[in-house]
Amino acid sequence: MTTGRRARERNGNEGQGTNVSDTVQQAPEVAGGPPGEPSSGGPVWHGVKRAALLFAEQREATVLVVVILLCVYFGLFSSASSDFFTSDNIANITWTVAPWAIIAIGEVFLLVCGELDLSVGFILGFSPYLMHYLIDFYGVPPLLAVLLSLLMGVAVGFVNGFITVTLGVASFITTLGTGFILLGIMLVTSHAYPAVIPASATGVGHYFGSWTWSEITWTIILVVVFQIVLSRTRWGLHTVAVGGNLLGASEAGISVPKIKYGNFMITGFMGALTGLMITFQTNSIDPSNASYTPMFYAIAGAVIGGTALAGGSGTVIGAFLGTLMLAILFDGFNLIGISANPLPIILGGAILVAMIANVQLARLRRAGRAR
Amino acid sequence: MSTPAPDGTGPTAVPDPSSGPVATSDDVLRVEHISKRFGAVTALVDINLHLRQGEVLALLGDNGAGKSTLLKILCGFQPPDSGRIILNGQEVTLKSVDAARALGIDVVYQDLALIDELTVYHNMFLKREAVRWPLLNNRAMRRIARQRLDDMGIGLKSVDAQVARLSGGQRQAIAIARAIYSDAKVLLLDEPLAAMGAKEAAIILDLIKDLKRKGDVSVIVIAHNYGQVLEIADRVNLLQHGEITLDKPSAETSVQELNDIVIAEYRAALQARQRSG
Repeated sequence: MTTGRRARERNGNEGQGTNVSDTVQQAPEVAGGPPGEPSSGGPVWHGVKRAALLFAEQREATVLVVVILLCVYFGLFSSASSDFFTSDNIANITWTVAPWAIIAIGEVFLLVCGELDLSVGFILGFSPYLMHYLIDFYGVPPLLAVLLSLLMGVAVGFVNGFITVTLGVASFITTLGTGFILLGIMLVTSHAYPAVIPASATGVGHYFGSWTWSEITWTIILVVVFQIVLSRTRWGLHTVAVGGNLLGASEAGISVPKIKYGNFMITGFMGALTGLMITFQTNSIDPSNASYTPMFYAIAGAVIGGTALAGGSGTVIGAFLGTLMLAILFDGFNLIGISANPLPIILGGAILVAMIANVQLARLRRAGRAR
Repeated sequence: MSTPAPDGTGPTAVPDPSSGPVATSDDVLRVEHISKRFGAVTALVDINLHLRQGEVLALLGDNGAGKSTLLKILCGFQPPDSGRIILNGQEVTLKSVDAARALGIDVVYQDLALIDELTVYHNMFLKREAVRWPLLNNRAMRRIARQRLDDMGIGLKSVDAQVARLSGGQRQAIAIARAIYSDAKVLLLDEPLAAMGAKEAAIILDLIKDLKRKGDVSVIVIAHNYGQVLEIADRVNLLQHGEITLDKPSAETSVQELNDIVIAEYRAALQARQRSG
C-alpha cells in the first residue's frame, strides 16, 4: 500500500549512501565505527547509539522485560498483589490475550507483506453464527460445522485477496467494505439476537474454548508454529521479500499475488477460530463480539512487538508479547480498581513510542554509523 | 510489470521450430531487425546486434537513445514490434522476464534487485532456496553463499548481514553473483556503475573482468559513462535515436571519439531548436 513512498525513501537513502565519502562508512568491515569517521560526538554518544540499535534489534526482549516488570508490579507491589497470581486471574488474562494474539498472528503476516485486514473482527463475529446455523438449521455434524466455519474465514480472506490483489483496491478499503458486509450478514441473519450454542457442539467446544486453558494452549501452539513459518520457511521469507521490496521480489520470480492471497486467508482463518473460541469460552453466541476492537488491539500488539506497518519486518513472538503486555495492563488496572478509562492513554503512548523507536532506529541503522 | 508465472511452470518461451537452424557462428545472442514504437514515438529502428560467447559488449548511448527499450526487449519485459531474437542459434520468443531467465538471459537492474530486509545469503538464494522440508536449510545456504562470494573475489565480512547495511558496490556484486549462480548465460547489466564511487566501481569492474576470464557468461553492459565501460568491454555499440550508429572493438575507439559523436548530436539538436525558434 505504501510501496511507492517506501521505494522513494529507499532510493533517497541509496543516493546518499553511494557517494564516495559515505560508502566507506557503510561497509560492514568497519563494524564498531570507522576510525576516520568525522567525529559526531565521541565514544559516549557512539555507545548510546549502539545501545539504541541493540534495543531495536532485541525488540522482543524489551517487550518481555516490560511484561515481567508489569507482572512484578501488579503481583508484588500493587494494592491487588494478592489477587494477581491466582489461577482465576491468570485465566482471565489468557482469555483477554488469546483473541488478540491469534488475530495478531495473521495481521503480522499481512503487515509484513505490506497489507492489513480490518475485517477480521467481523469474521470473528460471524463464524459462531455460521456454526450455529449449520448445526441447528442444516443438521451438519458439529465437527464439520466447526471446520466449515473456519473455512468461511479462509474464504473471506480469499475474497479480500481477490479485491486487493486482483482488482487493485487498497487493502484498507477492501477490508473496510468486506467487514461491513459481514457485520450486515450477521445482523440480518441473526436479527441481532444472541444465540445459544447448539448442545451437540459442546463436546467439540471443549477443545475450542470451554476448557479453561484451551484458548491459551491454541495461542501458544499457533504462535510457535507461525513464528517458525515466518522465520524458517520459504513462505515466511517470501512474505518478508514482498513487503520489503515488491518489485525486487517479483523480479526474483516470487508470485506476489500468491503470497498476499495466502496471508489474507491465514488472517481470515485466525479470525474465524477466534470467534469460535470466544463463543465457547463465554458460552454464548453474541452479536456484540463483532467489532473492530480485537483487530485494533492485535495490530497495536504487533506494532509494540516490533512489526513495521509499512512492511518488511516483524515477528509473531513480538506480537504475542505486545498483546500480552496490553492484556496484563488491562487486567492489572481492573484489579487495582482504577477504571479502564486511562488505559487508552497508555495504549496510545505505547504504540507511539514503539513506532517512533522503529522509525528513528531504522533511520539510524541505514545511516550505518552506529555499526 | 509482468505477473510472474506461478510455481512449477517451466519456461513459457519455446524455441520456434519452424524457423529452423540459423547460420551457426559463435554468437550466443543475435538480434535481427528489431523495431519498437510507442504511439508516435519511434524507440528502436531496425536494430541488429550480436553477442559472442564470453564477450563483454558495451551498449552505450545518451538518455533516450533507446538503451532501456532494447534492454526491456532482451530481458523479456516487453515484446518488440518486429524482428527476431536468436539465442544459441534458435529463434526465441521472450514472453516474460521469467521465461527469458529460464532460457538463461538474466538482467541485473541498478538498484531494484535486492531485498534490504533480508540477509546476503537469503538474497542470493531468493526463490531458489535450499530447503530441508518444511524448513529452510539456512546452514547450507550460508555455506554455499560464502563459497560463491569467495570464488568471485567479493570480499564480504559476513553473509549474515542485512543487505541494507552494504555499500552500493557490494549490493551490485551480490545481485550479479545471484544472476550468475542461477545459470545465467547472457547477463544484462543495467547501468551497473551508476551513482558509484571509484572504489565501489572497482569491485564491479573486477567482477566483470573475472567473468570474462572464465568465459562462461556473455555480458551486455548498458551505460552512459564511456570511460569506465571501455576498461572492460571487448566491443562497443553506440545507440543514437534508436539506431546503432557505431560498432567497434573497444581497442579501436576511444572516449574521445564517442564524446565527439555525442557532442555533434547535441550541437545538431541545438541548431535545430534555434532554427525552429
